[in-house]
Amino acid sequence: MSSGGVLEHFTYIVTVFLMVAGLYVVIARGNLIKKLVGLSVFQTSVYLLYIAPGKLIGGTAPILSPHYTVYSNPLPHVLILTAIVVGVATLALGLALAVRIKETYGSIEEDEITAADNAVQDAEDARS
Amino acid sequence: MIVNSLLVLMMVAVLSLARTRNLFAVIVLSGIYSFLMATLMVALDAVDVAMTEAAVGAGISTVLLLGALHLCKSEEARPAHRPWLPLALSGATAALLIYGAMGLPDFADPNAPIHQHVAPRYLQNEVDVPNVVTAVLASFRGYDTLGETVVVFTAGAGIIALLRRRKHKPEGKGRDGE
Amino acid sequence: MENDLVLRVVGKLLIPFILLFALYVQFHGDFGPGGGFQAGTISAAGIVFHALVFGLEQTRRIVPDRLVEAMLAAGVLLYAGVGVAGLLLGGNYLDYFVLDPDPIHGQHRGIFWVEAGVHITVCGVMLKIFYMFASRSQRKDDEA
Repeated sequence: MSSGGVLEHFTYIVTVFLMVAGLYVVIARGNLIKKLVGLSVFQTSVYLLYIAPGKLIGGTAPILSPHYTVYSNPLPHVLILTAIVVGVATLALGLALAVRIKETYGSIEEDEITAADNAVQDAEDARS
Repeated sequence: MIVNSLLVLMMVAVLSLARTRNLFAVIVLSGIYSFLMATLMVALDAVDVAMTEAAVGAGISTVLLLGALHLCKSEEARPAHRPWLPLALSGATAALLIYGAMGLPDFADPNAPIHQHVAPRYLQNEVDVPNVVTAVLASFRGYDTLGETVVVFTAGAGIIALLRRRKHKPEGKGRDGE
Repeated sequence: MENDLVLRVVGKLLIPFILLFALYVQFHGDFGPGGGFQAGTISAAGIVFHALVFGLEQTRRIVPDRLVEAMLAAGVLLYAGVGVAGLLLGGNYLDYFVLDPDPIHGQHRGIFWVEAGVHITVCGVMLKIFYMFASRSQRKDDEA
């Protein structure tokens, strides 16, 4: 079943690449909006991970018709369809948090937020 | 063939997305990436997913990201030091995942386990709805979809809680709604 | 953007068709690609387009906040209500074949209402999110 060839697994390799690129943006960049875009790239790579194995060569979209006999697997489509809508809802929730952080700290850069937190902490320590 | 070229284009889009520091360009690139993903979904026969991805990923989330960007600064700060640790970590994760992925069935292998389990039953058209995706979504997996709808509702409620306009009146009237 | 003549004319021409297309995607979802999730986002996108071209206040007059918030909950309740209807008619929760004497017809009826519920919630949430972000940025403009 598994020949181990690179070409047969090209979709998986690209999926892993996109996933890791998203992960890299999330952990390496300090900007919250950039992080959220990275997170959504990560999420999108998962869509690919699900959809690609469902494809059959010579198959068609799973809309039944007497003219076709081979269909792609419909189950991953259903799972990912709902995941996309949930994904945008959670992305919006993250953006809302970023906006509130911007209003409170005046910045969406992780370093500056940590610095502001540390300054408050130092001031409290000095007072006590 | 078309699948592989789209995959390469998506890698290019993500690479330039990761390198760019102008957030407006990042958002436009992520919109391009979503459209490429939608096209790829058509090539992979997932038409329902493609339609959703084009409307949601490239449409609504781009509008939302631009709306949030309008409220924040549009230029990302220059990183303080070279991100060697995240690069090494990502490289190690990628190597491990590719090693694992090599053991998966070949692309479009009809004997793969995914095509043997429940999919043949779904394709028998028991509920007489030609679009199998709709049938599975609403009927066979109605509980899943109910859960997803509740998640979407909860996210909406969370955003209302986070962003609701508060007008603090000096006479202590608290907030008033819209 | 609100004073651009080309955008206003094109917007007026396109928005009815976007909403009509959403309804087509919704009701043709049994036979072609489509369904509640897609139709919900497409109709929300049409209304968001209206807000971008004609301004948020104009859109809020047509689709008020109260309606959008009601849609948020109404869709989930409609979906859950279909399940309860199945219970009352003697089936399990979310059993559709008891909704009509003809089981296949009952399935169709259940799928129709469930998809309608999904459409209403998804459209409401997308619109609410957009309203929230847009009204924030508008207030920021006022302060600036």
